[in-house]
Amino acid sequence: MNGAAAILKALEMQGVDTIFGHPGGTIMPTYDALYDSPIRHILVRHEQAGIHAATAYARASGRVGVCMATSGPGALNLVTGLQDALMDSTPVVALTGNVPQHLIGTDAFQEADVVGITQPVTKHNFQVRNVNDIPRIIAEAFYIASTGRPGPVLIDFPKDVQQAEFTGSFDVEINLPGYKPTYKGHPRQIERALEALQKAEKPVLMVGGGALNAAPEIVALAEKTGLPVIPTLMGLGVFPGTHPQCLGMPGMHGSVAANRAIHHADTILAIGLRFDDRVTGKVSRFAPHAHTVIHVDIDPAEIGKLVKTTIPVVGDAKWVAAELVKGAKKLSLSKWWAQLEDWKIKYPFAWKPKPHLQSQEVIQAFWEATRGKAVVTAGVGQHQMFTAQFFKFDSPRSWINSGGLGTMGVGLPFAIGAALARPGELVIDFDGDGSFQMTLQELATLKKLNLNVKIVILNNGFLGMVRQWQDLFHARRYSEVYLADSNPDFAKLAEAYGIRGITLTDKAKLHETVKEVLAHPGPVLLEARVYHEEGVFPMIPSGGAAEDMIIENPRETVAGD
Amino acid sequence: MRHLVSVLVQDNPGVLQRVAGLIARRGFNIESLAVGRTHQPGLSRISLVVSGDDAVLEQVEKQLNRLIEVIKVTDHSEPHVERELALVKVSIAGMEERLEVKDIAEAFRARIVDVAKKSIIFELTGDSTKVNNFVEAMRPYGLLEVMRTGAVGMSRGEQVLKVREKKAV
Ligand SMILES: Cc1ncc(C[n+]2csc(CCOP(=O)(O)OP(=O)(O)O)c2C)c(N)n1
Ligand SMILES: [Mg+2]
Repeated sequence: MNGAAAILKALEMQGVDTIFGHPGGTIMPTYDALYDSPIRHILVRHEQAGIHAATAYARASGRVGVCMATSGPGALNLVTGLQDALMDSTPVVALTGNVPQHLIGTDAFQEADVVGITQPVTKHNFQVRNVNDIPRIIAEAFYIASTGRPGPVLIDFPKDVQQAEFTGSFDVEINLPGYKPTYKGHPRQIERALEALQKAEKPVLMVGGGALNAAPEIVALAEKTGLPVIPTLMGLGVFPGTHPQCLGMPGMHGSVAANRAIHHADTILAIGLRFDDRVTGKVSRFAPHAHTVIHVDIDPAEIGKLVKTTIPVVGDAKWVAAELVKGAKKLSLSKWWAQLEDWKIKYPFAWKPKPHLQSQEVIQAFWEATRGKAVVTAGVGQHQMFTAQFFKFDSPRSWINSGGLGTMGVGLPFAIGAALARPGELVIDFDGDGSFQMTLQELATLKKLNLNVKIVILNNGFLGMVRQWQDLFHARRYSEVYLADSNPDFAKLAEAYGIRGITLTDKAKLHETVKEVLAHPGPVLLEARVYHEEGVFPMIPSGGAAEDMIIENPRETVAGD
Repeated sequence: MRHLVSVLVQDNPGVLQRVAGLIARRGFNIESLAVGRTHQPGLSRISLVVSGDDAVLEQVEKQLNRLIEVIKVTDHSEPHVERELALVKVSIAGMEERLEVKDIAEAFRARIVDVAKKSIIFELTGDSTKVNNFVEAMRPYGLLEVMRTGAVGMSRGEQVLKVREKKAV
């Protein structure tokens, strides 16, 4: 057995069944071994799509996603995806080939310092220098990626290591003396948290992507205490979006109820989130009345990093939430709830109807038609925010988007990864005309796999989110955001790949078109030509606070329509 | 505030780059970084001199701890020994200066490790303040080269930096 075969055997032992990848010179020995392996390989058309697909595979399944690339250009195409997975705490293992060891450092053909370059964008990375280390390093990589705060790990395999004769053992022991994540929260801190909740008059429970595995405990905690729940963009689905105690997401494009609740809260219980600036706005003005902040996170470095924490709880969200449920009591919050209900009723996510087809109604129509039973992905921009606002996610791992990095182009590769992770389930990619064009080559991958992925391009003819900022903050100087004059006919583009393409322009045909899209077996691309001047609201301008929230589009208020 | 931080690491290839990269990336201010092997095979120890308030220091420690190869981090706020080694090459114009410089060196307990016609190299150990003062005292005579190792340190008494025995929970 050579190193390459050992790599595949070690992956199999980790339970890997799918690898997203693209071959090239230095990874060829492993591709050769793959020929005899039971592991399924998904040939993507660009390595970036491979790592995004692996990321979605992980997020949709709860298992580790795996991708593979050749040295130099192949490996460097992973960089964006690694940072994306890092920022959204997703367990991914990336395997790269490299030039043979005797050529490392000589500027050899397709050589790049991949280990150096990917150090800041991975949770950890390795270069295997001895063929017999393969099983141990792979075991360590999977352990690091999937435990504690999950994240991407890259393993670099010089070509000679893949070719060398393997004489080692697969019975390996992980040796990571510096890595011991804490799962159990400190009992005294949990007690203090419960005491603080008892005393609170205006408490809120915020949940983020770190609570993905704790959904049942979060629901139990909310229902037992009566706490209002605010799931962040990454936490959508952790607590059901249709639950009466759900206030919607917070932050820049969050709900009025969520942002006001945080602003007025005296006590915040935050589980598995990191107070991103898109959630807090200006940190010094965030939650100014909260005398108590209880922060539960498995990564101690997140606690106190941005928001002053009074009760830190280092531990796994699931474990800590379960402990909180045990000790929790019904809180008397009727006065608080009266206020919250008022905000909820007065300021739901809404849009002003126009004669044109509108993004919001398209998303809403799909939500209604599927009754929310779908795994949903998105690109980055207005369409992403509209999806977060109007598709109510009721279960965890049903919403896969790029939260931390905001990577345009993830929509389609995420959809492919999610569809493979969840066979038999419907996957919808709400994409932007700009975002979609960053990875549209993956239509080929989608066609080949014939997955049940419905791509819905909300084509507003603009880099809409940038346009919105130019509108509000750059005196309507629309610098380089216009796409409409050179966008392709997206339906025809899909047809060129052999995928069913449909165009929708007429508002009146929305519901029948949605039905048609959903009824068609296999992949469909729907181009919805939507109103091009829509803005996402509410909006807290960058660097602002809840009090600065712009609730309705000022352009529309001024125009008086 | 100035802090001396000790970091016990696995001495894998690239570990120094990881530590230095993290410090740079997160915008922490470091005055010096010193690294060397320990008595235990596979383990190295890094000393960092960092400036910042308590919140910054907490982040430095926590972020360093996130590195997989970092085994233990300590901020030496407790009684500790701190030393730095410096080589200082001073230019010497004449006999009179030579004597003056030697007097100063004696006061600092600096050793002469090289003597030439127009220069002397002194070797000095001490905490960073002492080294600073020595360098300043020599400045009027003409500093030709100064090489400092950066501070290294350890806690006084039985307290040691070691691999945690505790199993993962
Ligand atoms: C790779 C990348 N480049 C640039 C940006 C900055 N950016 C954020 S949203 C956006 C516009 C996206 O346009 P589109 O996909 O059409 O979505 P829309 O806002 O129109 O719905 C841009 C350019 C980004 N997030 N990602
Ligand atoms: Mg657009």
